[in-house]
Amino acid sequence: MKVRLKIRRFNPETDKKPWWGKYEIEAEPTDRVLDALHYVKWYQDGTLTLRRSCAHGICGSDAMRINGRNRLACKVLIKDLGRTITVEPILGLPVIKDLVVDMEPFMDHYRSIMPYLVNDEPAPVTERLQTIEDRERFDDTTKCILCAACTTSCPAFWAKGEYVGPAAIVQAHRFIFDSRDRAGQERLNILAAKDGVWRCRTIYNCTEACPRDIQVTQAIAEVKREMLLRGF
Amino acid sequence: MVHKYDAVIVGAGGAGLMAALYASKGARTAVLSKLYPTRSHTGTAQGGMGAALGNHEEDHPEWHTFDTIKGSDYLADQDAARIMCYESVDIVYELEHMGLPFNRTEEGKIAQRPFGGHTNNVTKKPVRRACYAADRTGHMILQTLYQQCIKQNVTFFDEFQVLDVVIEDGVARGVVALEIATGELHVFHTKAALLATGGWGKVWSVTSNAHSLTGDGPAIAARRGIPLEDMEFFQFHPTGIYKMGILITEGVRGEGGVLINGEGERFMERYAPTIKDLASRDVVSRAIYLELRDGRGIDGKDYVYLDVRPETVNKYFDKDGIKNPDGSPRRITRDDIEKKLPDIADFTRTYLGVDPVTQPMPIQPTAHYAMGGIPTDIWGRVVVDDKNTVLPGLYAAGEVACVSVHGANRLGTNSLLDINVFGKRSGMDVVRYCQQNEFLPLPKEPAAFVREQLEALRDRQNGRERPADIRLQMQKAMMDYVGVFREEAGLRKAVGILRDLQERYQHISIDDKGARFNTDLLEAWELGALLDTAEVTAVAALNRTESRGGHCREDYPKRDDDNWLKHSLAWCRDGRIELGSKPVTIIDYQPKERVY
Repeated sequence: MKVRLKIRRFNPETDKKPWWGKYEIEAEPTDRVLDALHYVKWYQDGTLTLRRSCAHGICGSDAMRINGRNRLACKVLIKDLGRTITVEPILGLPVIKDLVVDMEPFMDHYRSIMPYLVNDEPAPVTERLQTIEDRERFDDTTKCILCAACTTSCPAFWAKGEYVGPAAIVQAHRFIFDSRDRAGQERLNILAAKDGVWRCRTIYNCTEACPRDIQVTQAIAEVKREMLLRGF
Repeated sequence: MVHKYDAVIVGAGGAGLMAALYASKGARTAVLSKLYPTRSHTGTAQGGMGAALGNHEEDHPEWHTFDTIKGSDYLADQDAARIMCYESVDIVYELEHMGLPFNRTEEGKIAQRPFGGHTNNVTKKPVRRACYAADRTGHMILQTLYQQCIKQNVTFFDEFQVLDVVIEDGVARGVVALEIATGELHVFHTKAALLATGGWGKVWSVTSNAHSLTGDGPAIAARRGIPLEDMEFFQFHPTGIYKMGILITEGVRGEGGVLINGEGERFMERYAPTIKDLASRDVVSRAIYLELRDGRGIDGKDYVYLDVRPETVNKYFDKDGIKNPDGSPRRITRDDIEKKLPDIADFTRTYLGVDPVTQPMPIQPTAHYAMGGIPTDIWGRVVVDDKNTVLPGLYAAGEVACVSVHGANRLGTNSLLDINVFGKRSGMDVVRYCQQNEFLPLPKEPAAFVREQLEALRDRQNGRERPADIRLQMQKAMMDYVGVFREEAGLRKAVGILRDLQERYQHISIDDKGARFNTDLLEAWELGALLDTAEVTAVAALNRTESRGGHCREDYPKRDDDNWLKHSLAWCRDGRIELGSKPVTIIDYQPKERVY
């Protein structure tokens, strides 16, 4: 089938402002949007620039705004979009070139919430035990691939880039509710600050954007509830 | 710009990150990666990490060692295989202590599932050895190691692509990298450099591998005179999503899934009567090809079904008398599939519109894993000849390296062991080396070779060739002639095509002439690495006139231990490939016929 792609282009080396590149390609209905972008790059215009790697929704490289929604280009099929497809970089992060944004502000937020297990008690010779139920408690938030689709779909983040954002809260949740971790209180302290969890207005964009189907808004709510329970 | 670090680690997958955790404890270390670390391909590993914890049933590291050697078709070096299988137990506990969220048993221990080729050595039946986190074990390993690197304040240069290693007078002295965002070249002056760049599945058209797996490591090494070992052995995983190649974990069969041909037959019963669908990967991939060749694909097409529907699985559990530890008949439910294989269900629903709970999945073998690579010893030190002479200051670990623990065929779950065990050992040895050695001076123009390569690609005007065409033709030739089955005429044809493509590669030109985030340029450079890697693979495959593990020659269908119980080595010299060999280390297990 014939597909028209409208791609937001911007190379600060040569362009004064962003512009729309328009391309027509032949695609299979079952092709991924990533396949279509590759077709443009490989056969029509090699200057089109994007990040990608695994091409099946695990590495998290190719989050983009596709027909107005944050998606992974490798996880949305042409047949689900129609014949005209608009592709833009994710919002709220500086554009480096075309669909490539500067991920550093996003990664800074991620690093700020102590995204690692803290437990200074002497470890046993074998594994620390954990019940199936305790493991299940944080299962959903271990799926996060740090693609930034959630954070860059959040109006609170667009309004204020200092907001730690849903992805960082999801990562904090993964440790706060891990029975082996001992730094929940410290993470809650970080998230209780003014650019923390209370900037969330429960708009649900993050949950809709998550390509891993993580219940992001619910995870944020659980963190908020934990703060209230602990008297924050 | 020149940076000075005791050690650089190239690549931030499991091997690179584990090495970084250990190297940075005693040496000033930087990690360079062409991707953000969490984008690395370790993250796509699914089913599990083998270790004889014995959490469900009796198991021993020695059984694991034997299974690995048998799986390798006796080409693994037995000292290395033993180290990996014995150290796997502690390294799984170490990862658990770092926070890796393994699934759990009723007692709260790490849960384990059966996997291909892993057996109880007494009964010969499958054993539960693969420690898993749902079907995203690799994702959890990658995340956990990266988390620990953040905790330990490891220095990262993200999106720095290494294009050369600096070697002078037989000692490695650094690497040259392109900063992707700016196009600037950086020289890293080091005492030790570790290559952990992963595999090169993009040589083939149907592959489970990421776009970034372009053979940068082997190409860089080969261009600096380092031999590549056992390149003819590349694993085709039996179950890739039809046409797309996306991996469907062996864990599906571990949970009871079966392969079904166009006649509705569970055909693995004929090929591997004892462990059936859980035979090792080379055996299963060949069986699928033979079924397809005999016209027993689904509706006569070139795929078969992988069926994990509860009614199918439970039927075969009953037929085979598979029981739970308490003696009750084993059962799988819809909920088990959703809980233990959520990503698989997501992939097939997204890409095929197939729900594995109610429908069988169309699959075909997919190019998956390099058993060969840059030769190293058991401390990750690169060795450059048949006497295992060490090249001081250069290390390799993970898929890019060939220790060799996988020999001619890797067992499922052993790659995740390999990256952790040998990543750690390399990191430890890097510290030792850096403490005992001084910086040696860099050559005058350390970046000259890289600059020359990039300028040739960027500045060529009106070249008549398009990189994408050459890549596609390479992938097709490799799939057609250097795939699961090989024979002399086809291999000769492949070598001819690849030489022709190498010539045409000299005439490519690219559109993007800029400096900033120029992926057009980097993809063109990567194509050069792919072509070099493909050519060595095809030449080595033509040379080995026997069938062993993942290398199956139709014109030489038998394993030939008299002539070929040896590793192959290939040097790229002046545009020609020279071949040699070195002996296999055999300790306890003499080669015998391999039956599953």
